Amino acid sequence: MLTAILIMTGIAIVLGAALGYASIRFKVEGDPLVEKIDAILPQTQCGQCGYPGCKPYAQAISNGEADINQCPPGGEEGIRKLADLLGREFKPLSEEHGTEKPKSVARIDEQVCIGCTLCIQACPVDAILGAAKQMHTVVAPLCTGCELCVAPCPVDCISMVPVAETVENWKWKYPVHELRSVA
Amino acid sequence: MTSYIFIIIGAVLVNNVVFVRILGLCPFMGVSKKLETAVGMGAATTFVLTLACGTSYLIDHYLLEPFDLAFMRTLSFIVVIAAIVQLTELVIQKTSPVLHQVLGIYLPLITTNCAVLGIPLLNVGLRHDLLESLLFGFGSSIGFTMALILFAGIRERLDGADVPTPFRGTAIAMVTAGFMSLAFMGFAGLDRFH
Repeated sequence: MLTAILIMTGIAIVLGAALGYASIRFKVEGDPLVEKIDAILPQTQCGQCGYPGCKPYAQAISNGEADINQCPPGGEEGIRKLADLLGREFKPLSEEHGTEKPKSVARIDEQVCIGCTLCIQACPVDAILGAAKQMHTVVAPLCTGCELCVAPCPVDCISMVPVAETVENWKWKYPVHELRSVA
Repeated sequence: MTSYIFIIIGAVLVNNVVFVRILGLCPFMGVSKKLETAVGMGAATTFVLTLACGTSYLIDHYLLEPFDLAFMRTLSFIVVIAAIVQLTELVIQKTSPVLHQVLGIYLPLITTNCAVLGIPLLNVGLRHDLLESLLFGFGSSIGFTMALILFAGIRERLDGADVPTPFRGTAIAMVTAGFMSLAFMGFAGLDRFH
């Protein structure tokens, strides 16, 4: 009985020590901060921040290369959340990266579309369907409203339509009252 | 030398872990929907099972038997296997992130694979020495991998097959597994490899 307990304890101690040593010896430097920042960003993959997508922008923020106010789709709310997460001061959206617009989706005027596929290539989330010389259309639930398809269209048939607020997509607004320290 | 080959062939075909011993059915049913994941799971299991067979032989032979503690076998083997799986995951994550990504969640899941506990216990029952234990573990896990890959291939076909509605999904998979098990009974004719 006693030997059994002693041997099991011995095995447990040896294995525990081995695992503890291995977890230090084989530690992988992950960066959980990038994941957290990426989770706040709106995932439009629009590139308005100057980086090729939301993840690279999150990486740049985490490395201190980029400021937190370069994401127009995320808007003021997004900057506020980033400021909270990183413990920085809130600052308004930087002018050079664009302005905040109401959330909208692209719409293709199907009468005008010539089927050139240029907008399909521009779409970062594959939300546009169509083939060469066939009419294209936007899959609205997938569209992130990044406007990247508007510029390449040779016949200007893509317009951004704001998403109307309905019972289904209505959300509580971010509180506008700022907490001030009472000194 | 021939006895070692017999051990491997016997473990892969005659006494296939999944089809004949009916061990490790959870990953067999769970991760056989796609060929890629089946291969990943098979590779991870092969690695862990071979290692587990070796270490559990050492524990049994040098710790449990001298102190007459055979009743502690299951308990100590489980502890050792759990530790090995953790250790393997740490080492693979550091040395080969690509492999770690391929194996993904399947690596920690091996802890609960009953084949990984069953084969070391069978090793003790069959009175294998260290090399035989390692070979038996390796052969069994090759058999497991083969079963997983064969089954995944069939299930990928089943997805496109015209199966009657009540049988779709897991039901037809169970029926298929039963037939495959029956087919593997045919290898029992190679009885001398037993």
